[in-house]
Amino acid sequence: MANVTLRNVRKTYPGGVDAIKGINFEVADGQFCVLVGPSGCGKSTLLRMVAGLETITSGEIDIGGRVVNQIEPADRDIAMVFQNYALYPHMSVYNNMAYGLRNRGMAKPEIDKRVREAAQILEIVPMLDRKPRQLSGGQRQRVAMGRAIVRQPKVFLFDEPLSNLDAKLRIAMRVEIRKLQRRLKTTSIYVTHDQLEAMTLADILVVMNGGIVEQIGNPLDIYQKPATTFVASFIGAPPMNLTPLNAAEFASRVGNGGTLPGAPSGAILGVRPEDLTITSEATPAGGVGYDLTVEAIERVGAETFVYGAHAHQAETAAVSANPGELPPGEIIVRVPGQAAPAIGQRIKATAPLDKLHLFAADGRSRIDL
Amino acid sequence: MVENEGIRRYVAHAILWIGIAVVAFPVYLAFVASTQDNALIANGQMSLLPGGHFLETYYRTIFVGTSGTTREPVGMMLFNSFIMAMSIALGKIAISILSAYAIVFFRFPFRMTVFWIIFITLMLPVEVRIYPTYKIAADLSLLDSYSGLALPLIASATATLLFRQFFMTVPDELLEASRIDGAGPFRFFKDTLLPLSRTNMAALFVILFIYGWNQYLWPLLITTRDDMQTIQVGIRKMIVTSDALTEWPIVMATAILAMLPPVFVVIVMQKLFVRGLVETEK
Repeated sequence: MANVTLRNVRKTYPGGVDAIKGINFEVADGQFCVLVGPSGCGKSTLLRMVAGLETITSGEIDIGGRVVNQIEPADRDIAMVFQNYALYPHMSVYNNMAYGLRNRGMAKPEIDKRVREAAQILEIVPMLDRKPRQLSGGQRQRVAMGRAIVRQPKVFLFDEPLSNLDAKLRIAMRVEIRKLQRRLKTTSIYVTHDQLEAMTLADILVVMNGGIVEQIGNPLDIYQKPATTFVASFIGAPPMNLTPLNAAEFASRVGNGGTLPGAPSGAILGVRPEDLTITSEATPAGGVGYDLTVEAIERVGAETFVYGAHAHQAETAAVSANPGELPPGEIIVRVPGQAAPAIGQRIKATAPLDKLHLFAADGRSRIDL
Repeated sequence: MVENEGIRRYVAHAILWIGIAVVAFPVYLAFVASTQDNALIANGQMSLLPGGHFLETYYRTIFVGTSGTTREPVGMMLFNSFIMAMSIALGKIAISILSAYAIVFFRFPFRMTVFWIIFITLMLPVEVRIYPTYKIAADLSLLDSYSGLALPLIASATATLLFRQFFMTVPDELLEASRIDGAGPFRFFKDTLLPLSRTNMAALFVILFIYGWNQYLWPLLITTRDDMQTIQVGIRKMIVTSDALTEWPIVMATAILAMLPPVFVVIVMQKLFVRGLVETEK
């Protein structure tokens, strides 16, 4: 049971590459914190720094009130679940889980008790004598978690533990990890690039990009009020539609003379695909309306995504090229059910004022409406 | 086409059988000679079927030795050769697995220099460095001793490179998991790396044992006493070039005996070796 606090943590690799550029956040005792971001954003590096597998260039990492910068991984009272599980291939499942405890000189009966308890929780009792290669991916995943649980550490660290599983198993394990964490009430830090995993697991979500934190908060708050265009396009699938605005464009696009308070020239307007409605009615007051030519349709079953090029494409300048963002001029509309317009058809999609997001021209800050 | 395939297969098999015969015939001939009477062989009247002196010849070879030249029984030579080959094989594995461990898993200054120095020694087999090596062995009073037979041949670049290649395929996460599990460098080596290298060690052991067993030049130089000589040197000494009669049955029996340990090692270790090739997962 412990808080994890990061104070101005930096990592510079020899050669001068800044992987982590000063990160501050705190995970309270028992919370499930998810670090999410595109590959190369430094989230795994940060996790490995907490684990003690990477050195800390500057700043402090504090686990349970103790600065651990100079402490060996084994003595930090943490347990880690690796992406490829990193099970010892020559040891039985039982020994895989018991190894760390033995190295600590724990008494045999206590080791046995803990391993059997963990095996019970994870439902791997019948596999205790098998070798890792005789297990399926999901079972290996459980053993890797078992190895973490038996340690009864202050903090669990997960490094993309589900990315080697198939989609169905991933969802099942995701739910299980969450249940397990609730039950054990152990502070956890979980790294993933999957925004769905991030949204569903996190008590506290840390969105990272290029070695910095873009936004920290409750997942739903982040979804509802993304702080930057990067977060807006990274959290939520399909990504938020972002279109740059200038004053004249703004007037022509926003119906009925509605005005957005404090929208400076060159601001970026964001609308989530799920907030747009295909309609023939006039754009609601203060809202936004796009005249679109349908270019592609994706039917997922419960919903349909309509990709449209909007008529003002020629006027719109390129938005900063963040990963996951839409190409300029393309707007995605999410329609419930399977009914969708035909390709080539001209439609109008509108969203009311309270569904709009507005960002400064550089995309680095949010302008509250 | 189909009957063509059949003919082709028979031809292929025939060629293979001829190959086997060419390789096996001298061995068979040696065996036959070892069971015949010496006078018969000397007269050039040796038959191609085994004679009746099998037990007698092999008893004399192993426990008594030839009547002239080297008087050592071959039993002793076999023992010497076995000790030498074993020490070389085990010593090489021990030294090279440790040096490969250091090169792959530790960051120290001039790590790559050390690696290249080891690599370069590939170009310096015993034959090339025979004089300095002999001088050092003599100065350390290693002449006519088992350490003298084995020690100078123990350093091995080949084995080091092999272990290095294998260690580099061990996932980093395994090392990291060990660190988190509280295993220091020694425990990681003992509990994880050694068990994983088992099959590699078996394969190397086969190669290195045979290498050690077949050594001729070095034991010839380093040993002068008859009771220290190895079987490879012993065979040569048994063949008399002066006026006496070479005791061919004993020479041939010695040759057959000299072949057996390597064959035995190959047969025993093959299982482990093949299992190592099948179990690819790390």
